[in-house]
Amino acid sequence: MPVDLPERVLRPHRGLVSLNLPELWRYRELFGFLAWRDILVRYKQTYLGVAWAVLQPVLTMVVLTIVFGRFAKLPSDGAPYAILVLSALLPWQFFSNALSESSNSLVASGRMISKVYFPRLIIPASSVLSGVIDALVALAILLVMMPFYKTGFRPQLLLLPVFFSLAFLAAFAAGIWFSALNVKYRDVKYVVPFITRVGMYVTPVGYAWRGVVPEPWQFWFSLNPLVGVIDGFRWCVLGPQFEPYWPGFWASTAVMLVLAITGLLYFRATERSFADVV
Amino acid sequence: MAAISVRQLGKQFRLGLKMHNTLRDQLAALLRRDRKSSSETFWALRELSFEIGPGEVVGIIGRNGAGKSTLLKVLSQITEPTEGEVRILGRVASLLEVGTGFHPELSGRENVFLNGAILGMSRIEIRAKFDEIVAFAEVEKFIDTPVKHYSSGMYVRLAFAVAAHLEPEILIVDEVLAVGDAAFQKRCMNKMSEVGRQGRTILFVSHNMGAVEALCSRAILLQNGRLEKDGSVAEVVDAYLGHASADEDLLQNQDSRPGNGKARFYSVHYQDHAGTKVQSVRCGDAVEIVVQYRVAVPLQSPVLRMTLYSSRGVAVANLDTEASAISVAASGDVRLSCRIDCLNVAVGHYSLNVGMADFSGLIDHAIQIAPLVVESSNYLGTGKLPSADAGMIVFRPSWNVEAR
Repeated sequence: MPVDLPERVLRPHRGLVSLNLPELWRYRELFGFLAWRDILVRYKQTYLGVAWAVLQPVLTMVVLTIVFGRFAKLPSDGAPYAILVLSALLPWQFFSNALSESSNSLVASGRMISKVYFPRLIIPASSVLSGVIDALVALAILLVMMPFYKTGFRPQLLLLPVFFSLAFLAAFAAGIWFSALNVKYRDVKYVVPFITRVGMYVTPVGYAWRGVVPEPWQFWFSLNPLVGVIDGFRWCVLGPQFEPYWPGFWASTAVMLVLAITGLLYFRATERSFADVV
Repeated sequence: MAAISVRQLGKQFRLGLKMHNTLRDQLAALLRRDRKSSSETFWALRELSFEIGPGEVVGIIGRNGAGKSTLLKVLSQITEPTEGEVRILGRVASLLEVGTGFHPELSGRENVFLNGAILGMSRIEIRAKFDEIVAFAEVEKFIDTPVKHYSSGMYVRLAFAVAAHLEPEILIVDEVLAVGDAAFQKRCMNKMSEVGRQGRTILFVSHNMGAVEALCSRAILLQNGRLEKDGSVAEVVDAYLGHASADEDLLQNQDSRPGNGKARFYSVHYQDHAGTKVQSVRCGDAVEIVVQYRVAVPLQSPVLRMTLYSSRGVAVANLDTEASAISVAASGDVRLSCRIDCLNVAVGHYSLNVGMADFSGLIDHAIQIAPLVVESSNYLGTGKLPSADAGMIVFRPSWNVEAR
């Protein structure tokens, strides 16, 4: 028998547990496989398949543009309203889809959790990752539409991945919190749709918020991490008039990091009982 | 050095009487300052210690609720022990179910990769063994068809084939061989014993004593979460088959049995023609099976079904009140008996599964209870009986031989 066999010691743990990054790295392939499965299944199960990934943002954009741009006549700070809406829809739809998918992911994988060991963090993380495909589709639509609305490609477009990473981080932080809570408290599945529904109003998806939100409220408004992300997207796509409100931006980024770190700790501390509860 | 060493292992479960299953309840409880958990706990495993050397093939046996599955889950790292520790040397693959993570919408090919990854294989490993896996499962023609169109046999074969091609140092297998047709079961057994000969450590849980005896050299008997016996497979299987009285177990594991519990069996035993309680009868004798249960919530037209199993896990006969058009008492404390005038089954060890159901679903299901030994007799009037290995039923044939 080889001498260099790995030894594993299983014993009760109390309190905080380390993240165990080497183990997560060992399971990176499974992480990819699960995201790949989610994507395959999503596109195979719906009749519209890939068309759905195109229709969803386009139809939402049309409705929001007509309601807020035409009927309500909200200011667009000189930008074409459709592009204003679409550049915000991209991160918002990614966030809200990723959040609902990932918060439900652990419960949905209950069978797997009770039959095989792997770091449980892979499950919510891979369901956030699988949403990236839809976001790429939305990005393609955005890039195709921009010339039609005479919006030039600015060098800042290269910064989009940075702001997208923030949307990813926000979805991941909220996703791990809610997925772990969902295992224990089954009413979380009613809380998440509520958050995404209400979030649509306090997040400036259908409007440019600077001209709408009164000055004294602006800092509090911008604590919503998605506000900074959306500003960032519009800044990259449309121009300097949408430059993020930096104090709020940094504050919300800090909030997000705190949420992500506490989420990881909470997740690691509760994951050992998932199989007993699911 | 041992491949697996278990020291003073214990696993406690909370019987969720007062778990706050919703945030709302939890918040309400916090507001009431009612944070005492008044839930009951029980030990699924307690003070368990044993060592398994590299290359040993060990069967874990015991009745339902004895802690076998919990032990496998702790060893597979799925659930954490409450006390004690386990040291494992080498890569572990556990097979607590075949086809974990299989998705009906995905094709056979996609599922092989996904399932392989879940079981811990790398993409390169799966690719290298892919053809072998598909050939073992005999699904070459359908490999690009979504598995939702597979027959259940094909599905199980493909799922097991992936698992059978794992190459860990330690393999933990739960009752997965209970699925699939007989021919495939045999191939799985062969594959498993092949795995054993390659010097791999295997832990194997089964109710099928035939499979345990065929595969394992050593066995561990668990009872109520404790180690009851550890030794050679023949010795431990004997101890298990002749184990205690079934009634005792029936009373003890009432809460862990499946069913909604509207009624619970509390005694199942055998009587001979004179009404004396027996645990062994002779081939061809009359025997009466007596089942007693207590009804907590009145039932609606319940049906009671008993299946007699051989020690090798083969269903020998089914006794069904519905098929016999017998109506079963639906309330109170019930004693039901079923007389078989001539138990013409082969010499050997048997047990019963007893279940009851009504419109509300499964009420109670007791598995592997009431062990019965059928002994040799003069049933054929010759003092001889056909070999028990060759068949389960002993007929009284009329022969006619003509030489022309």
